[in-house]
Amino acid sequence: MLKDITLGQYFPGDTIAHRLDPRTKLLLVVLYIVGLFCADSVLTYGVMIAAFLICARVSKVGARALVRGLKPVLLIILFTGILNLFFTPGDYLWQFGFLHISRQGIAMAVRMVLRIMLLIMGTFLLTYTTSPIRLTDGLERLLGGLKKIHVPVHELAMMMSIALRFIPTLIEETDKIMSAQKARGADFESGNLFHKAKALIPILVPLFISAFRRADELAVAMECRCYHGGEGRTKLNPLKYAARDYWTLVCGVVVTAGVIALGRFGF
Amino acid sequence: MEPILQVKNLTHTYGIGTPFERSAVEDMSFDVADGEFLGVIGHTGSGKSTLIQHLNGLLKPTSGQILLCGKDIWAAPKKIRDVRFRVGLVFQYPEYQLFEETVYKDIAFGPMNMGKTGEELDRCVREAARLVGIRDDQMEKSPFELSGGQKRRVALAGVLAMEPQVLILDEPTAGLDPAGRENLLANIRDYHRNKNGTVIMVSHSMEEVARNVDRILVLKSAHVLMQGTPKEVFSRADELLSAGLDVPQITRVAMALKARGLAVDPAVYTAEELERQLMALRKGAAGC
Amino acid sequence: MSTILETENLQYLYPAVEEGEQATVALRGVDLKIEKGTFVVVLGHNGSGKSTLAKTFNAILLPAAGSVRVEGMDTTDEARLLDIRRKVGMVFQNPDNQIVSNVVEEDVAFAPENLGVPTAEIRRRVDTALGAVGMAEFAQHAPHLLSGGQKQRIAIAGVIAMEPDCIVLDEATAMLDPTGRQEVLSTAHRLNREKGITVVLITHHMNEAEDADRVVVMDNGKVAMDGTPQEIFTRVEELRNLGLTVPDTVDLLDRLRRDGLELPLDALTVDACADAVAAALR
Repeated sequence: MLKDITLGQYFPGDTIAHRLDPRTKLLLVVLYIVGLFCADSVLTYGVMIAAFLICARVSKVGARALVRGLKPVLLIILFTGILNLFFTPGDYLWQFGFLHISRQGIAMAVRMVLRIMLLIMGTFLLTYTTSPIRLTDGLERLLGGLKKIHVPVHELAMMMSIALRFIPTLIEETDKIMSAQKARGADFESGNLFHKAKALIPILVPLFISAFRRADELAVAMECRCYHGGEGRTKLNPLKYAARDYWTLVCGVVVTAGVIALGRFGF
Repeated sequence: MEPILQVKNLTHTYGIGTPFERSAVEDMSFDVADGEFLGVIGHTGSGKSTLIQHLNGLLKPTSGQILLCGKDIWAAPKKIRDVRFRVGLVFQYPEYQLFEETVYKDIAFGPMNMGKTGEELDRCVREAARLVGIRDDQMEKSPFELSGGQKRRVALAGVLAMEPQVLILDEPTAGLDPAGRENLLANIRDYHRNKNGTVIMVSHSMEEVARNVDRILVLKSAHVLMQGTPKEVFSRADELLSAGLDVPQITRVAMALKARGLAVDPAVYTAEELERQLMALRKGAAGC
Repeated sequence: MSTILETENLQYLYPAVEEGEQATVALRGVDLKIEKGTFVVVLGHNGSGKSTLAKTFNAILLPAAGSVRVEGMDTTDEARLLDIRRKVGMVFQNPDNQIVSNVVEEDVAFAPENLGVPTAEIRRRVDTALGAVGMAEFAQHAPHLLSGGQKQRIAIAGVIAMEPDCIVLDEATAMLDPTGRQEVLSTAHRLNREKGITVVLITHHMNEAEDADRVVVMDNGKVAMDGTPQEIFTRVEELRNLGLTVPDTVDLLDRLRRDGLELPLDALTVDACADAVAAALR
């Protein structure tokens, strides 16, 4: 049940998308997001959908996995859709009290839902094809300049990759603690919101205690393996730009610039 | 007499319809008699954990039935919580489930969920604490101040306080040192003897199971491989070994002695017993 | 043979958590010399000080009094800290809490990366280390999907990648099932045999000591016994008084001796025990 959450899950593979430098992919995601927010018409949305489909195809990510990835944000998507559908003023097609559906509302709802779905699925492609280590490596290198103004970039990157490493472990642990408390008659389903919140205490307290214990032990284990900050560290797989990275970035820039230009000229 | 628990053709399949589809329990059937101490043995991945989570209704069978006192526990799915009070399950490393401010409150969590209050609640809590050897002056302490072995006993008391008809323990001694292990097993034996409760203990250690239980259930890759008294099970030691399971060291010594031509019955599992056999053998030899 | 680890009158105390409480004395004067290339098992019940002792070996804990020297380097010498930690690798109890990365080979590479080893050399070390623990085929796997024994072998590989002279396994088998325990144990023995790495194995499982070169029994912050497994396990009464059990084979031999049979007490393995009993009964 909890294990179904695929947020930030990496699927090992050997596609071009997997081999791309993580920095390229991060920049591509930025371009993609800019493109998505500039897209406003059927044509520009079409371009973005096409761009997304090509990326998904190249990454060899199955449709089922993508849809599963949407599950955790399903509520947000539904909420956005309903809000836009019923509350956008315009040419009313249907009315009931303060609820109304307008032509503009339908268009808006479709646009917003599509935008969120494309946004989530697009960023999923990044985490599907990039191991967390490479992702944080990429971030660390991209943001490396910030070190000059004393932003602890290495430490942040290390924290992020450790957090990602422990997500599956903590999810498994949550499942276990939940089962154990259920075996003692804990009830997480019935009652009002207050009761439900209170019912979480027997899960959260052990979970936090265990997380702190893990953090302690991990810190010692890292020290034992000579960890002493980012200074002088080398890499097993250092990042290197290849020709494919340049080509990919050029394509990305062209698509996003195209979408912006199309919008400017009113398409 | 009717068995307290009956497992009938139980199958549990994970991930149905995905490429990861896998049966953790397949067509298992066995009974547990009232008041019996049953040991469950098997490798990691043999289906032990999945099996025991069915017995108190934490998992729902894909097919098959669990009968508690003759009634299907899933006959009324809304009442499944009552089954959990009647079949108490202590998980592996149960000390990681402690959360209350005091030992007393933590032990009281289960019985309070049952709706117990006042003197009845107090009696359950204190009796459970006494069964596992938690002293009165420890009751108002934070459970997190206790030692590892004591924490585990508090967690055990938390389940005992629900006064379940069947107590299931998943590797209760994992990670404890020899003294801690012996103490906890003594607690469990006392509970079994004094309360006449039914106990099911899952363990990796053949020695531990052999010394404590009335009957053993051996699992292998989602199936019941054999069941019987320790003597019966260890008389088939060859089969156990070829199934990749361990047998007690003493059983292996007895088997080695038999292979060396001594008239020893290899279905032994304690040093005392083998000693008796060997001494009898010696007397017999001296008499001739 | 040269000494790799040496403690002299080593003392350690855990400071009081709250005011008014007493500090807990964990080590009360430990003198120990561990020879290079040996396989040493440190036994003791919980709270005997065995784990504290282990943590002083690579300067995770510093002595309150006395000293610890690793190949002559004092562990309080901060300038040599990385040298000391590289020489003495440490594997802990909970496999989940010492794995840093989502990919096995990246995790094994963690220590050499910290040490600034060049990329090509890291690759070589990672491959060698994974091969040495028999996990080469899992290089690209996610550690959280592996079994306990496999995770612990990854942790060992992560330590071997530092090319240490000594590995300390701090109750590294305590949370494993019998199969996992066997995996870790035979890996440690192989590393000791084939690479000459000194192994210090901290445990409360008596039968893990059967094949050791030397057994040190800790009690109440001190060394209570020290000798070969054969010497230690024959002292049945003393071991029991220290809250430890003896292997069942020794228990049987001890009982038969009391019954008047002529038997040695040091036949630890099943076969040796059966041989001895068969010979005595003939």
